[in-house]
Amino acid sequence: MDLKDKLISSFMAFENNVDIDHPVHDVRTEAMKNFEKRGFPSKKEEAWKYTSLNSLQKVDFSIFPKEENTLEYKNVKKYFLHEIDSYKIVFIDGIYSSFLSETTHDGVDICLMSSALTKPMYKPVIDVYFNKVASKDESLTSLNTAFSREGAYIYIPKNKMPKKPVEIVHFATGNEASLLLQPRNLIIVEENAELQVIERHQSLTSNEVLTNSVTEIFAAKDAVVDYYKVQNDMASASLIDNTYVNQRNKSLVKVHTFSFGGKLTRNNLNFYQNGEYVDSTMKGVTILGEKQHVDHHTLVHHIEPNCESHQDYKGIYGENSTGVFNGKIIVDKIAQKTNAFQQNNNILVSDRATINTKPQLEIFADDVKCSHGCTIGQLDEDALFYLQTRGIPKKEARALLMYAFANNVLESVRIPELKARINKLIAKKLGVRLGFDL
Amino acid sequence: MLKITDLHAQVEDKEILRGIDLLVNTGEVHAIMGPNGSGKSTLAAVIAGKEEFEVTKGSVVLNGEDLEDSAPEERAHKGIFLSFQYPVEIPGVSVTNFMKTAINESRKARGLEDMPANEMLKLIREKSEMLEIDRKFLSRSLNEGFSGGEKKRNEIFQMAMLEPKLAILDETDSGLDIDALRIVANGVNKLKSKDNAVIVITHYQRLLEYIVPDFVHVLHNGKIVKSGGKELALELEEKGYDWIKNEAVV
Repeated sequence: MDLKDKLISSFMAFENNVDIDHPVHDVRTEAMKNFEKRGFPSKKEEAWKYTSLNSLQKVDFSIFPKEENTLEYKNVKKYFLHEIDSYKIVFIDGIYSSFLSETTHDGVDICLMSSALTKPMYKPVIDVYFNKVASKDESLTSLNTAFSREGAYIYIPKNKMPKKPVEIVHFATGNEASLLLQPRNLIIVEENAELQVIERHQSLTSNEVLTNSVTEIFAAKDAVVDYYKVQNDMASASLIDNTYVNQRNKSLVKVHTFSFGGKLTRNNLNFYQNGEYVDSTMKGVTILGEKQHVDHHTLVHHIEPNCESHQDYKGIYGENSTGVFNGKIIVDKIAQKTNAFQQNNNILVSDRATINTKPQLEIFADDVKCSHGCTIGQLDEDALFYLQTRGIPKKEARALLMYAFANNVLESVRIPELKARINKLIAKKLGVRLGFDL
Repeated sequence: MLKITDLHAQVEDKEILRGIDLLVNTGEVHAIMGPNGSGKSTLAAVIAGKEEFEVTKGSVVLNGEDLEDSAPEERAHKGIFLSFQYPVEIPGVSVTNFMKTAINESRKARGLEDMPANEMLKLIREKSEMLEIDRKFLSRSLNEGFSGGEKKRNEIFQMAMLEPKLAILDETDSGLDIDALRIVANGVNKLKSKDNAVIVITHYQRLLEYIVPDFVHVLHNGKIVKSGGKELALELEEKGYDWIKNEAVV
């Protein structure tokens, strides 16, 4: 049985475990129909031209983990930003771990999607927000919606700001030979409220894992959201991240994506500017080696006038790795005075590495500033020589240049401890010692 | 200290250096002058080990050791420093972090531990004051957005930090106003000692009023066509390079 058929038949089993009378279940059923109709995307579709899911579909994934698993904090501490205090929403093989988590209802809700989807007190919020910005057409988003049951639920009321960042961490223990996870996150940041989130998916063994995640983010007027995705998973783990952001007037949302690990990673990052004076920022650092594959598909839809969007993605590709950047910007006719910037710079450090980069601009307004630039290059030989004449060996000089290349993306990271961590990850990924504290 | 014998070098089959002989002893300052395209910068780059240039004949020997197989960083560890005519901008790495990396890599090559942080800071402070470099400047990205003068001053600051045995200053005076020129030259003069040597590459005589050479060599068509004392520089200033070119033909 192929994966699609298995998922379709699993849906019935899934229905035995959820409240099918809840209105959310109608949403799930609709979504399942869409997935049945569309199936997995194939390379024939323009949006999936460079990313094939064929081999993943041949894996016999477990869709529901057999048993609950536990992990000792000391064994997984390094995957948390343990240098600082944080709220934590932690899942082990898709199941919430109260032991590793630290949730709160003190003025803000930082808790579980499963509660939000079942408890009556959350119903008004779910009715307004659940599956409202996520695509109803895209098949993998539909697949996630169909099986949506667990994930992070964050609600920050007007004028509030949680005392500390929120970490959403998914562990896969390898208890199953191969595991499919479908976390569903809903994040609502009300007027003039603020939130910082760090999301991470971490497999702990070399058993195959596929995560198909959907995150919906709603930023109300004047809200500020900083979202950091740390993608440094095992070489046996694949991730399809579908993130949808809806922004109202004067809100500011930044998403940073750090892609260093994993087998296949696909980031579908979608921003909808449903307000004026909105600022959307997407930044990414991708450093790949071996046969890793990362595909960044971004969309910014400028729906209202006077908004800005900024995209800055840097990629360093070594060995046989492959990368994709596809940045789509739509400026509606009404969205005058739009400023949309997009930059994608890549360095290929191996003859066998590949990057496909494509800006896609659809502009219907006439008074806008849109710029885009893609570069693919090697390291600057003159810069290398310059560093070498100062006594820095070639390998370190290369690393320093690559570090420098990626560095300006890190400047906007607002959690210093996270910035330091990412710096260290970059140095580690580049396999060198840098002669200064990162 | 430095002995260059019958040095020939080419880039992509084009011969640029056509038999250079040069002997530099410790405590000496040599000036290499010459018209544009005579091979001055190539000579500097070849001494520093730039791989783009292929040495087809001859040798560069530093303190008895042939540098033929030494990478640029190894030459740096042996005490060669090249001040660039066009220092490269490296956004994302601060001057301070760059210097720390350079110093600690050189120490590592000599089997030494990293320099303790307080010692490093003291050294940076001392040398930056000598070159009248503002502290804020040190946390800026290396050469990024620096003015011509700032770049050159930063080169000499690096030289002061690394304390080379042989410093080659490639057109250090280009793009400098008179104040910056004086600061840079003072820096070089303070660093000069009986144990090290300096090669000043310049098109004009101006810098040599401040850094007074013991020997002046004129490079033309990849060869040293004339050598003399500091008065040769003045003669060149007066007569221009055509005189040398004509003489070389004769």
